[in-house]
Amino acid sequence: MKPDMSVTIAGINLRNPVMTASGTFGYAEEFAEYVDLETIGAFVTKGLSLKPKAGNPTPRIVETPGGMLNAIGLQNVGIDAFIAKKVPFLRSVNTPAIVNFFGNTIDEYVEMASRLNEIPEIAGLEINISCPNVKQGGIVFGTDPQCAAEVVSACRKATTKALIVKLSPNVTDVTVMARACQDAGADALSLINTLTGMAIDLERRKPVLANITGGLSGPAIKPVALRMVWQVSKCVKVPIIGIGGIMNATDALEFILAGASAVQVGTASFINPSAAQEIAAGMEKWLADKGVADIKSLIGALE
Amino acid sequence: MQFKSMILSNSEVSPGYWKMRMTAPTEFSLAQPGQFVMVRVNSAIDPLLRRPFGIFDVGMHTPDYSGAAAQPYFEILYRVVGKGTSMLAGLHETDQLDVLGPLGKGFDLGTAAERKIIVGGGVGLAPLYMLARELVKQSSVSLYAGGRTRDDILCITEFERLGVECYVATEDGSLGKCGLVTEALVSSLSNGNGETSIYACGPHGMLKAVAGIAAEHDIYCQVSLEGYMACGVGACLGCVTPGRNHTVDTPDFRCVCAEGPVFDGKELGWGC
Repeated sequence: MKPDMSVTIAGINLRNPVMTASGTFGYAEEFAEYVDLETIGAFVTKGLSLKPKAGNPTPRIVETPGGMLNAIGLQNVGIDAFIAKKVPFLRSVNTPAIVNFFGNTIDEYVEMASRLNEIPEIAGLEINISCPNVKQGGIVFGTDPQCAAEVVSACRKATTKALIVKLSPNVTDVTVMARACQDAGADALSLINTLTGMAIDLERRKPVLANITGGLSGPAIKPVALRMVWQVSKCVKVPIIGIGGIMNATDALEFILAGASAVQVGTASFINPSAAQEIAAGMEKWLADKGVADIKSLIGALE
Repeated sequence: MQFKSMILSNSEVSPGYWKMRMTAPTEFSLAQPGQFVMVRVNSAIDPLLRRPFGIFDVGMHTPDYSGAAAQPYFEILYRVVGKGTSMLAGLHETDQLDVLGPLGKGFDLGTAAERKIIVGGGVGLAPLYMLARELVKQSSVSLYAGGRTRDDILCITEFERLGVECYVATEDGSLGKCGLVTEALVSSLSNGNGETSIYACGPHGMLKAVAGIAAEHDIYCQVSLEGYMACGVGACLGCVTPGRNHTVDTPDFRCVCAEGPVFDGKELGWGC
């Protein structure tokens, strides 16, 4: 029997719980040659701002054991170019598109939320309050529960679309942030964003990244991500989207057991462009092999 | 495209430099000179990311035993610099690798009337051999190859076999002229250039110098860049390089993997 892989996150119906993480799948069209985009649960597009953003100087990425550090600095085309050049492709694919966005001030977050609210092709919004690589905005809202609540509640008033808040792991207690965002009106929480890290070139006695620090992603962060998803699932009612080092179906199913209703695949797509598709297929096969009729019965089913 | 490739040969061509021949799908023969591949060194998580390599050549491999069908192949020329390339050098015939490619935008081959000058530094020669093989079909081609020592001068006899006129410069004088390859290039341009076009790949400093020399002589110059990249398809934005109009306030970044790796030298911001 074919297992039921569908889940609903914040009112968005997904054919399966596998989404692509912001910043790792471009605007989806970059991957069209390698993946059947209509086998994925949803895309989350690269972090978007009102104006185009240059990003950081290079080197921006470096590999570390079992992971990578990035300090891209939220380079993006800006909302006008996004609407003109990227939305038409997203419209052509029968898979929900979720737009990750950020601002430097609460007003900018609100303007983004209200402009994105007018685009019918967009299924939902993911508020980025957790980028560790930009000096203004971003992380400031992601590490202070009061600021996070203000920005979420202001965006909540500006959009009727599904509102997901992406949380940073670079905090003392992630559950405090999670509760603050839920209480301010978030429909779902996605976690974790990258862990702030650093790499040093001994011979040159310099940091490897031009930005000095960057965000760690990949298999190295999976245990931390699993723990945070599990912790947050114990203290909020809204659905959780698990992110962090998911490379295969086993990793993804572990997040579901820990309490995630869906997952996002990030760094894995860099290594294998069809990772999200393969993970979704692998999860379905595991359920079929074990005689599990519905993926939803596994959410938070850790014994 | 993404495909499983089998190693046909893997050998050291000069101390620290290796050439690997691998099977490819039939469509791979459409690869353009200057394009690259992303190779996954193993299926474990260390090394995690694929490694980018310029395509040295493509062709048809005829197995030794009779009756076997010819097999399309491609070759990469690589320098052992770290963990990933060390592991690659340890692989043998029949080992399998996962490959993504051909990727990126290759060289513009120009017109038959032009004289073609190729400038390569060290392993920068990698994407220039297939280019030379195409260019000699229509034009006279010169190669200026540079390196620190003779060990860094790669595959010169293969270029010569194509009918390419080769000039070598090493910084220690162990092969060819003693000095920088760009000095040899400048003296060759001093006596009139007619219709000339330059193609270059190598260390950033060499490319900057070549682009500068080309601009001074008003010669069209294409450069092939390297970059730290995770994906190779324009998604991670790790490999960007400043374009001509780049300033902090008016960003003009070009993505090496998707918009390059070959660029018109005039389009890039060399000062940054």
